[in-house]
Amino acid sequence: MVKAKAIVLDGYGINCPHETAYAVRAVGGEADVRHVSEVTDSPALLSDYNMLVLPGGFSFGDDLGSARVLANRLKHRVGGEMTEFVNAGKLVLGICNGFQALVKMGLLPVPDFTQRVTLTYNASGKFEDRWVRLAMNQKSPCVFTKGIAYLDLPVRHGEGRFIPSGREVLEEMLGKNMIACQYISPSGKVDEYPYNPNGSVGGVAGVCDASGRIFGLMPHPEAYNHFTNHPAWTRGVNKVGEGLKIFRNAVEHIEANL
Amino acid sequence: MGGDACRIEVRPTGNLRDPEAASLARQISELAGVRPSDVAIVRAYNIYGGLSDEEMERLGRELFADAVSEEFSFKEPFYPDYWRIEVGFLPGMTDNEGNTAREGIRDVLGKEVEAYASRVYAIKADFEDDAVLAEIAKKLLANEVIQAWKVYEPESGGFEPYVPRVELDHAPVAKEIELQVPDEELMKISRERTLALSLEEMREIKAHFAKAAVRKEREGVGLGRGATDVELEALAQSWSEHCKHKIFNARIDYSEEGDGVEGKEEKVDSIFKTYIRSATDEVRKPYVVSVFKDNGGIIRFDHENDIAVKVETHNAPSALDPYGGALTGILGVNRDVLGTGMGAKPIANVNMLCFGFLDGKDVPKGCLHPRRIAKGVVRGIEHGGNMVGIPTVNGSVVFEQCYTTRPLVYAGTVGLMPHAIGGRETARKEIKPGHLAVMVGGRIGKDGIHGATFSSQQLTTGIVGSVVQIGDPITQKKVIDMVLEARDLGLFEAVTDNGAGGLSSSIGELAQLSGGCEVHLEKCPLKYPGLDPWEILLSESQERMTLAVPAEKMPEIEKLARKHGVEASVVGTFTDSGRFHILFGKSTVAYIDMQFLHEGVPQMHLKAVWKDRMPIPPNKPLMQHGDALRALLASPNIASKEWVIRQYDHEVQGGSALKPLMEGNAPSDGGVIRPLLGRNEGLAVAHGLCPRYMEDAYHMAMNAVDEGVRNAVACGAKFGYLACLDNFCWPDPIKGPRNPDGDFKLAQLVRAARGMHDAVVGYGIPIISGKDSMKNDYHAGDSKHSINPTLLVTVVGKVEDVTKIASSDFKEVGDAIYVLGTTRHEMGGSEYFKLHGGTGAGMPRVRVKENSELYAALSKAIERGMVRSVHDVSDGGLACAFAECAMGGEVGAEMDLSLISKDTDEDAALLFSESAGRFVVSVREKDAFKFEKMMFGTKTKKAGRVRGDKRVVLRNGNNALVNEDVFDLREAWAGGLKW
Repeated sequence: MVKAKAIVLDGYGINCPHETAYAVRAVGGEADVRHVSEVTDSPALLSDYNMLVLPGGFSFGDDLGSARVLANRLKHRVGGEMTEFVNAGKLVLGICNGFQALVKMGLLPVPDFTQRVTLTYNASGKFEDRWVRLAMNQKSPCVFTKGIAYLDLPVRHGEGRFIPSGREVLEEMLGKNMIACQYISPSGKVDEYPYNPNGSVGGVAGVCDASGRIFGLMPHPEAYNHFTNHPAWTRGVNKVGEGLKIFRNAVEHIEANL
Repeated sequence: MGGDACRIEVRPTGNLRDPEAASLARQISELAGVRPSDVAIVRAYNIYGGLSDEEMERLGRELFADAVSEEFSFKEPFYPDYWRIEVGFLPGMTDNEGNTAREGIRDVLGKEVEAYASRVYAIKADFEDDAVLAEIAKKLLANEVIQAWKVYEPESGGFEPYVPRVELDHAPVAKEIELQVPDEELMKISRERTLALSLEEMREIKAHFAKAAVRKEREGVGLGRGATDVELEALAQSWSEHCKHKIFNARIDYSEEGDGVEGKEEKVDSIFKTYIRSATDEVRKPYVVSVFKDNGGIIRFDHENDIAVKVETHNAPSALDPYGGALTGILGVNRDVLGTGMGAKPIANVNMLCFGFLDGKDVPKGCLHPRRIAKGVVRGIEHGGNMVGIPTVNGSVVFEQCYTTRPLVYAGTVGLMPHAIGGRETARKEIKPGHLAVMVGGRIGKDGIHGATFSSQQLTTGIVGSVVQIGDPITQKKVIDMVLEARDLGLFEAVTDNGAGGLSSSIGELAQLSGGCEVHLEKCPLKYPGLDPWEILLSESQERMTLAVPAEKMPEIEKLARKHGVEASVVGTFTDSGRFHILFGKSTVAYIDMQFLHEGVPQMHLKAVWKDRMPIPPNKPLMQHGDALRALLASPNIASKEWVIRQYDHEVQGGSALKPLMEGNAPSDGGVIRPLLGRNEGLAVAHGLCPRYMEDAYHMAMNAVDEGVRNAVACGAKFGYLACLDNFCWPDPIKGPRNPDGDFKLAQLVRAARGMHDAVVGYGIPIISGKDSMKNDYHAGDSKHSINPTLLVTVVGKVEDVTKIASSDFKEVGDAIYVLGTTRHEMGGSEYFKLHGGTGAGMPRVRVKENSELYAALSKAIERGMVRSVHDVSDGGLACAFAECAMGGEVGAEMDLSLISKDTDEDAALLFSESAGRFVVSVREKDAFKFEKMMFGTKTKKAGRVRGDKRVVLRNGNNALVNEDVFDLREAWAGGLKW
């Protein structure tokens, strides 16, 4: 059995690598936190790993738009290696700023380095930290969300509003079930603030590619690593950190398929 | 700018509504009385470096505009037919967006250019003339302290690149200043150079430089009879109130006068030694590691880890530039923690903000409106905490009229550090002669010069300029990452931050460990040439740390710096010469005895006179109790702060356990995090802050301590494993012609420190760090505006097991509700009296012994998992606390006040008195007996239960006082503040 081994990027304002690496380890994977500059200096480094995680944060201050500069840097300097990585059937996960980077470098929804969708300023006009409920698309090929129906997670962003560049893009995504998860209100609606915290079209919270092995989402699964992370935990809602399921799915997929 | 400069504008495409523009449109119609038919905001980048059209096109596509949601133009302006106001930074201000653009251009084109960001506000409206545009620019868009603006008329073209380069046509030089001059001349020197040194201090310096031995030694290094400007500036910084806390260390003759006072007199030799340090000595806790000698205090967390804490204020800069002031405040206190011992990793931020009322009408000339201050400060804290990835776990926002002219911005950081690395205690710094002084982080510019001396002065209309600066969270994050990695690799022997006083302060203080230093200012990396030596030494350019590095480890430091994308420069050497030796090129520009620099400041001698002051009687209440409750819940200090709280990330780092708002928006009494993921130990952070108790500063301070302690206990911190920090923000306590009641304010300070001492000693809580900010006054013409004496007490504590703690919301129908502690007729200074336009006499008193027993018992009950909800009783009294528990739980609840422990039967007092030492607690009915047994001997009374309907009911025996719908109350509470 292949052991899951994740490279978790850090540096330049990425700020969730440690809890993200913790989440991978908590479900039995290995994780190394490596500076982006280590990867751009020696892109071959990537081949030591079978999962690439771009954690949340504010790379380069989100100046010029969230994750724009990080996306360019990775695309220009490591684009080839990332393509090889993906073609080898390995997994890529982008959380929050990492999702923004994947979208802006054009690795999601289609991994051909062309930007098709964006994550822009929240409709509310401000950064918000709040817990949301996600409904997972049961038909999605996404390996990260398998077997999960609903999941509560925190969002913490100012630029998470999903917008496709056009009708065709959205239709392709719908057709291939690339919309892996949506924000949902208690009554089942997808466009109701604050349950949809940012005004995303169709309440889109997370997106995968057609293979289901590249996945990005705005909410933070690594921040629900213990049951006391949930805002209602003192009411006894749960006894486990449910965000870890996303990481467990990834680790199990690697162990079974690589 | 010439042909080398070009410009690109970016805007959202088509139908994307811009909320910022919509809000601006509203503000413009309020201000100008003209409703704009459209408002749009355009981002502009001005690039100096001769790029071709093809290159600009490529940058537009790949870097500046989002391919899906934005469009760009580099030939002509967007919205040419609108009025356009462009706002950009003044030369030399930190322009983070511009700097990132520069880096992004390097990635895309491989070219080195300069880039400057600006904003264009395009407004479509029929304005009469451009006077109203100037008004809009000044009041809504630009802060002239840091920014420049320009108005373009419709159809005027206007696509000129805005390139605020700094070009100093100046040959750097150190000036000699003659000190052997009469007193008036000495004071003129102090004034003209903004040294903030008193005559006595100037005389001390004069006498020192006149000594034969000093002269001889100085001649030996090529210096003249006078002092250099570098030396005077270094001394002024080191001797500043900000750095030396001269008022806290002064000799004070304290006396009391007035009716019924026995004319008590007392001599206090240093408030700090007498009340603050002595308290920690008396308390003697084994978990205290390091207090009062480093940038922050340190306590043990577990057998492997320590906790470092520091709380600072950044009041004066926040009054001038709320965003930049708060941002640099939060980043600055992060660096304090990073510079404590061998460096702690920031794991939590706190911030407590005091503002004037948001709907403030009488704002004196020269002051920004409280709403603008509040919004700017919140945004600064948001960027500082969120971008660096530090959760904001606790805070408060307090509104009082007195903070209109001078907001208070308290910012604190908690850090985590291994107790030892490689067998060496991490709390200890150690420097040997020969270690290199290495500056890490940002470059040095003219920004922030005179911060230390400035913050020791009162604000006056007209004092602005280089003292204000903007932080750079990302550079700071890079510096934190690099320093912590270097720490773990054992690459340095000491670290400290560059805050007030810049290198002069950081190297000067570290040099005490080796006994001297030699600094070469020409080796310091500058943002632009032309700085005088004293400016390089004193500059407070942000995001810099100073390390003491053994020479053989320097290559590794350089490697690490490259990896993290920060600069590390050797700027000098630590020595044992006993001298603070500064050179610029080959010439010595300062040569000061270390002892004189650090210990030479003469002790102040001050007078303090305490007088009882008459409280303002409130009007007779006209409201029903239910209406009063609703009004209190909607009042600024009690109303929900959700708008602020949700803009702060309180989850990053993954250990959030008790959030500022829990399910149902239940407000928490403090924050609890798990610093070590995978483990259940927690750290609680809470605070007490009650400037409304103005009657007697002694009791105000005791209440602040008590509030902090009971909040921490409510969060589940172990009573017996707490530590606290003090932050005194005071009006000028030195009597003078412009400050006739200075002696009274000093007496308030003495009494507050004494109150703090008595409370923490009584509770057995060490004070581990503190800070004071002493001149929070504002002069506009002849009128003086002073803040209330304001003491913040921050409390940290260990939580043995976070899975046992409780939140404030009621949980389940049928749960038994208890009131802990005694309700007394103590209405003075209460929010209830304030509602009726007065303060009233008889403020709450803290009974430390009685409370200690209660806190110890409650703390144990929580640890055993017995408590389902717990909430401290403070602003607005029992009724408000009870309502908050019900609102959070979205349930009804009832309480009979005749059953609680009390010394009054007056309904209003039972409901709204703010007596200290109280909690509202709920437990499962089946646990009621066990809980009561655990609380035996304390004032714990079962007084109600959680109801199945949605009514919040308070009665006194058979007499119903309040009967309200819980959602109505929550609506009042949630909508109380209009941001």
